[in-house]
Amino acid sequence: MLNQITVFLENKPGRLEEVTRTLADENINLHALSIADTTDFGILRMIASDPDKAVRVLKEKGFMVKTASVIALAMGHSPGSLHKVLRELQTLDISIEYMYAFTSRHSDYDAIVILSLSDQDAAVSKLNGAGFSILGGELLDQLCKS
Amino acid sequence: MEQYWNKPVETMGREELCEIQLKKLQTTVRNVYENVPYYREKMQKKGILPGDIKTLQNLSDLPITTKQDLRDTYPFGMFAVPMEDIVRIHASSGTTGKQTVVGYTRADIDMWADCMARCLVMEDANKSSRVQVAYGYGLFTGGLGAHYGAEKLGAVAIPASSGNTQRQITMLIDFGVTHICCTPSYAMNIAEVLSELGYTKDDLKLKSGCFGAEPWSVGMRSEIESRLGIRAYDIYGLSEIMGPAVSHECRHQNGLHIWEDYFIAEITDPDTDLPLEDGEPGDLVITTVSKEGFPLIRYKTRDICTLNRQPCECGRTHARMSKPAGRTDDMLIIRGVNVFPSQIESVLLSIGDVQPNYQIVVDRVNNLDTLTIEIEIPESIFTDNVKGIEVFEKKVSGQIASVLGIGAKVHLVEPKSIPRSEGKAKRVIDNRKI
Repeated sequence: MLNQITVFLENKPGRLEEVTRTLADENINLHALSIADTTDFGILRMIASDPDKAVRVLKEKGFMVKTASVIALAMGHSPGSLHKVLRELQTLDISIEYMYAFTSRHSDYDAIVILSLSDQDAAVSKLNGAGFSILGGELLDQLCKS
Repeated sequence: MEQYWNKPVETMGREELCEIQLKKLQTTVRNVYENVPYYREKMQKKGILPGDIKTLQNLSDLPITTKQDLRDTYPFGMFAVPMEDIVRIHASSGTTGKQTVVGYTRADIDMWADCMARCLVMEDANKSSRVQVAYGYGLFTGGLGAHYGAEKLGAVAIPASSGNTQRQITMLIDFGVTHICCTPSYAMNIAEVLSELGYTKDDLKLKSGCFGAEPWSVGMRSEIESRLGIRAYDIYGLSEIMGPAVSHECRHQNGLHIWEDYFIAEITDPDTDLPLEDGEPGDLVITTVSKEGFPLIRYKTRDICTLNRQPCECGRTHARMSKPAGRTDDMLIIRGVNVFPSQIESVLLSIGDVQPNYQIVVDRVNNLDTLTIEIEIPESIFTDNVKGIEVFEKKVSGQIASVLGIGAKVHLVEPKSIPRSEGKAKRVIDNRKI
């Protein structure tokens, strides 16, 4: 499991820019991010190189920020690989709250999907059993450096 | 020729009018002293007995009544007759969750209809007029108040109530409506929809409208007049006193005639409650001298205006009040509904989790008032999921709607983004250009 940083953003110009500036100033690297947007607010979800520090510096800037536990799952960058993951989850009747994906240059882990699921523990043991690799923060940091 | 509903009363000499006022005031004061324990105690505290009211000048010896008094006596503590004599109840917003409840006897309803009939005649309505009442019908006094007046006059009352603008327009055209009663912003809305539907003012038989329940400007009057091809009249009232038709403009439109045989008006200093001279702006204070069910002594309306007791060109002798120029409290009037920021605050605090950091933003979009409550997102409800936050927003807006009786949009903002003030918090931002 992985710590995702979650930030509440009002829909107004300059808010996301302030987040990225804060992280840049502190030399924090972003591996992946997505924004869930509604008509008047957004929720920024990020995987960062140093989540504890990222939370601290964003809080200091007055942002509403929390961490959430998500699953980072590596898979082959080839047709049908995501489908295999979802098929496993489907058999357990687990629903997906949200997900986003990114790629890395490492050939063993060239596609990575971040998942938030209705029952994460059950999903992790099922996916581990089915031979999928679930990535921790350190490994993710290395992948993104290489 | 000037038309009157009741010429002898409306044009009576001031001396005679004052005699009637004094006699009725003495009766009313005796009535509340005997039948409303709350008033009796207040008068005893000031050391006044009903017999001390010997002239109209003695009025200022009587205690002031405020919205707070009505709250303290909720729901029926100010009623001066047994419940079996009450035939109707209306209510308006209180300063917190509880409403202000007003009761009417049969005679009160009849007096109210008489006031409204006088108003309608001032805008040239008569037995053959057709009056579309597009004020809301319900606990709000606008709808039924205007309705009974139109019936009393013998005109055709069309109880359209508010909303469904297309249907309102269909009725205006198909029924040959000559007079309309609604809020001025709704009149603007009707004018806009009328042209959107491809009609012009020439498709209407409307001659005039009586507009009230919210503040409006002279500019808005001429806009309504030119777009609907009518004369737009200002009507004033408040449920605590009765409802619409406490006062209304004659065709000279130089102030609103207060029906002084039913109501005694004073202007007082908002801070000291001491009487001011005619022409000086201050708090309008009204004493009802004909009401049986819910008589009020020196009720502080918190509307700021001036009084003019000079006879009017129209022949009426009843005093004229200027268009209210604001309020001495923080009450907002949104879509004709009275809203106190304290009501919104008590809803927010009852929900829990919410810090009292909020701002109320009022705007006017397409001539309709909008109400947005900005709240700093509470830590406890924030998660990585959109759903939980939206459930919270719905919960807040639902509770606000049920307390205020009008819809409000809830807008969550970032922590510490609402300006902190050093003195009195600035809770309300009113962007309406009235």
